[in-house]
Amino acid sequence: MAVVHNLAAARGVPPAPVATLRGVTRVYDGERRVEALGPIDLDLAEGEFFAVVGPSGCGKSTLLDVLSGLSRPTSGSITFEGRPVEGEVPDGVGVVFQEDASFAWLTVRDNVAFGLRRAGVDAAEIARRVDYAVGFMGLADFAAAYPAQLSGGMRQRVCIARTLVMRPRLILLDEPFGALDQQTRLLMGDELLRLWRETGATVLLITHALDEAAMLSDRVGVMSARPGRFIDLVETGWPRDRDSRIVSESRFGALTGRLWSNLREESLRAMGSKGAAA
Amino acid sequence: MSAALSADVRPARKPREGAFDGVIILVVVLALWQGVHLYAGESAIASPLATLTFLAEFLRTPVFWGHFGATMAAFGYAVAISSVLGVVLGLVLGVRRFAGDVAEPILAGLYSIPKVTLYPMILLIFGLGMSAKVAFGVIHGVVPIVLFTMNAVKNVSPVLLRTARAMRLSQPETIRTVLAPAVLPEMITGLRVGFSLTLLGVLIGEMFASQRGLGFLIVNGINLHNVRMTTGMIVAVIAFALIANGLLLSLDRRFGRTPGGGSRAA
Repeated sequence: MAVVHNLAAARGVPPAPVATLRGVTRVYDGERRVEALGPIDLDLAEGEFFAVVGPSGCGKSTLLDVLSGLSRPTSGSITFEGRPVEGEVPDGVGVVFQEDASFAWLTVRDNVAFGLRRAGVDAAEIARRVDYAVGFMGLADFAAAYPAQLSGGMRQRVCIARTLVMRPRLILLDEPFGALDQQTRLLMGDELLRLWRETGATVLLITHALDEAAMLSDRVGVMSARPGRFIDLVETGWPRDRDSRIVSESRFGALTGRLWSNLREESLRAMGSKGAAA
Repeated sequence: MSAALSADVRPARKPREGAFDGVIILVVVLALWQGVHLYAGESAIASPLATLTFLAEFLRTPVFWGHFGATMAAFGYAVAISSVLGVVLGLVLGVRRFAGDVAEPILAGLYSIPKVTLYPMILLIFGLGMSAKVAFGVIHGVVPIVLFTMNAVKNVSPVLLRTARAMRLSQPETIRTVLAPAVLPEMITGLRVGFSLTLLGVLIGEMFASQRGLGFLIVNGINLHNVRMTTGMIVAVIAFALIANGLLLSLDRRFGRTPGGGSRAA
């Protein structure tokens, strides 16, 4: 893969995208047929931080489901590092969910080591990588604690550390800070930026918080009401070593404003259709 | 963020405090017992002192241990059958949602039947003796174990299973490393409830149609106006139940509860 990239770079061609979605749709066939998503076309460039915002129920999480391989798209194709993604999460993709997914019966350390132990990595290497991930997420003092002894934010850190330790090249996060308070969210955002910079991974973050999207990402995809499509792609133009302090910059306000002006109509539509459905 | 936690916040109490509580309970129970004895008279319930003196003698005779052994054997079989049957049925019904949804109200209905009314039928089917006692114990114990296990499986958070898929775990791996430990706490609680009810079933079985066991000794004591025997055997059964429950509770604490979390409802 790396060789191909270098070749491409040498010819002055931009590197191949890490992940691509072409004409991806998802339809739920039940008592009532629901067109949840698409068609979606998207290229995720290597190492970029991409955020997805959209009105509630627009199919953001469905997008993550099909991109990660947790579910199959109804039509269209998805690739990760050039290989098709078909109903199975490819090696190199890490997923962090909104809900608390920490394993209550394991200590923080064992939670983080879970995937490595399963993969048969040798003990010394596991210890080294777990120590790093636990320290990186600020969990060193709580390595021996159980999730029930931690706050919601700390538990989400455990889940992120558990994903990070596997060294994913594409990290998908589904509203990971959705249940946290505003201050904690800003700080977790900083952590996420630090993680992104240090690992060089590509990040796709699903969020309903416009400020979060404007602050964290290189590009923001704005989705329409259901069935979710991209109605705007906004380049933020932030430097790579940004952090939450950019919220005081005037451009941050302008960016958030642009996202909202795009979304306002869609959110109203989403609310309206929900009201009609109820 | 670190303020949100103090690493070890178990509601641990000093062991001496617990021992003190135990002494208080014991004194209160003995006082109540003596009070009831004084009120109801020698012919209904023996005094604590008389009972304990009697027990001290009787526990040294092989007669007691013969009956005790009979109860233990029946209880052992009944517990083994209701645990295995209950856990297997509970797991199957928990995984097969539709079957579980159909079975749950039926099981709850069965559970609410006063099972003692079925005892004549059990006797006709199994005859007098060990198998009837075992069957009656199983009838009491198996349903709560099924219900607790089934609900434990149903309550497993879907995000844990999604996480297992995101980690590329195979189905057997998911069952072994995610589903089983997630289900264990509630299952152990179910087993604890099932154990007590199984003991109840076995003892009732012994009281009504048996020539062996502690339940038989209790009823026999009544028939022969041997009040000390009746009171003494009741005390023996209670002591056994308390010890067994204590052991299971410690097992529950060790494996059952979510580590670091508070207690779960029983």
